[in-house]
Amino acid sequence: MLHPRSMSTPLVTNNTELTVSELSAALKRTLEDRFGTVRLRGEISNYRGPHSSGHAYFCLKDQTARIDAVIWKTTFMRLKVKPEEGLEVIATGKITTFAGKSSYQIVIEAIEPAGLGALMALFEARRRQLASEGLFDEDRKRPLPFLPRTIGVITSPTGAVIRDILHRISERFPRPVLLWPVRVQGETAAAEVTAAITGFNALPVSAPLRGPLSSETSLLRPDLLIVARGGGSLEDLWAFNEENVVRAAAASEIPLIAAIGHETDWTLIDYAADLRAPTPTGAAEKAVPVRADLLTSVNDLQRRNAGAIFRVLDRRRSDLRALVRGLPQADALFAAPRQRLDRASARLTTTCLRMLDQRSLTLGRLAHRLSRQAPHASLARMAQRLDARGRDLRRASALLQERRRQKLDHLGGRLTQGLTLGLRLERDRIQNRRQQLGTLEIRLQSAISRRLEQRHTRLAALDQLIRSLGYKSVLARGFALVRDERGIPLRRATDVTDGAILTLEFADGNRQAIANAVSSSTIPPTEIAAGQPKPRKPTRTAKKPKQEELF
Amino acid sequence: MSEANADIAALPFERAMAELEKIVDELERGAVPLEESIRIYERGEALKKHCEALLKSAEQRIEKITFGADGRPSGTEPLDVE
Repeated sequence: MLHPRSMSTPLVTNNTELTVSELSAALKRTLEDRFGTVRLRGEISNYRGPHSSGHAYFCLKDQTARIDAVIWKTTFMRLKVKPEEGLEVIATGKITTFAGKSSYQIVIEAIEPAGLGALMALFEARRRQLASEGLFDEDRKRPLPFLPRTIGVITSPTGAVIRDILHRISERFPRPVLLWPVRVQGETAAAEVTAAITGFNALPVSAPLRGPLSSETSLLRPDLLIVARGGGSLEDLWAFNEENVVRAAAASEIPLIAAIGHETDWTLIDYAADLRAPTPTGAAEKAVPVRADLLTSVNDLQRRNAGAIFRVLDRRRSDLRALVRGLPQADALFAAPRQRLDRASARLTTTCLRMLDQRSLTLGRLAHRLSRQAPHASLARMAQRLDARGRDLRRASALLQERRRQKLDHLGGRLTQGLTLGLRLERDRIQNRRQQLGTLEIRLQSAISRRLEQRHTRLAALDQLIRSLGYKSVLARGFALVRDERGIPLRRATDVTDGAILTLEFADGNRQAIANAVSSSTIPPTEIAAGQPKPRKPTRTAKKPKQEELF
Repeated sequence: MSEANADIAALPFERAMAELEKIVDELERGAVPLEESIRIYERGEALKKHCEALLKSAEQRIEKITFGADGRPSGTEPLDVE
């Protein structure tokens, strides 16, 4: 406070009256002009982490003085080394005043630990802190998989580190490697490494291994992680001392090998890892066994396995042979019982046979007695009697039959004789009748033909007569017959009406004429016409009685 | 491989190898009953085959994780290191 005041002394001498605001503004200008950017060494004090706004407020102090300090949010996020209570730092920033309180402060833009000692002190303090939380405990450390299926590597995708790791892995036992590329240095390194460790842990656990390694999808959780970085200064490696990185490594479910820097470089992630490798190459060596060695030992085991089973079988076989030799002979064991058995069986046979003989004798006797009583025998006797009767019966019936046949023959003969006689008589009678019929037929014929002849002769005579008496013969002599239109013959002139149509029949044909009254008065044609028919009428009437007579 | 040894296919190399060693030790000590010794011998053969298969399947596929727009891992791509 004294120092800036002395700088403004010349202004006071003017004795001009100033407002507080004017003074504050003038101070601000002076301060900011005079101390634009400063590098300030001091120990961080009153640090309570970033404010909820993201800005950080604390003090920098040394043995005698202190100054307010602020780090804006955007700057804070970029910081490689975060402020920490008691950390001696060199802060780079601008001096500015806060007019409302008339106080000044430094707005820090960068912080670096003030010297190796300070950084080491910070490292040690943080190590103690995390160790007290148990993050580095031995019993937290998990064994590495003997032969990981996939190895996740967290390092820079370029440079010697990844190359060394891959080279050593392929040399020992080639395995799939999944690289999570990160920056291993700089402001964002810690955050990236943290994200990579948690990201690997968040990947899905791979399916249980089925036989030889297959082409599983790559984005499965590796079963071993290597976090690696090449050598560098303490500041270069500082990201691996950050609390979030260390906590992520400690929390990793996947066993983790840390290989940061050279063998002499220790970072806090080395303490939290399940295994610390001195170098990236060393990490690869810890990660996979040597394939050739394994092949050798597997083959060796197989040889021993085969040899052992061979020896086991061999020993058992010889044991068995020895035991077999030790067994007493089967014959000797069985001789005495067998003899007893033989004797017994011999006795058994004879006894049995004797018993059988007795029984069969008794049976024979009984059978004989029985056979006499047997229904067979009486049946046979009855059958014999029945046969005799049967024979008698057959004889008798044959005799009877013979007699009947003779009688039948006799009757048959008489019947035939009778029939023959009857037939002859009948035939004679038929002959007589036939002769009588012939005579009658002749008489009938002659009678009929005589009668017919008489009739013919009479018919011819009548025909002759009828011909001579017919009107046609009159016509032939030059007369005509008059008929009216209905064909009825007209006998009188009064029968003819005037204008009637008349038919005149001549011998050689018919003609038609019309009756005329006038001409009939002057000339009497009827005399000519009807003169001749008139005499015909009697002929006609004369004919009729003749015809009647005929019938 | 008989059914009794079907579990071997799922054994990690280390355990298969350890079991094989145990079997060989037991057989060499000769304290196993005969049937048992034949059974474990066959298992030993199966274990050896499995180990050998695992050892032969050595392949080195090297891939790099790629990230989606949200910064989360989205896939992989082959990593080419010189």
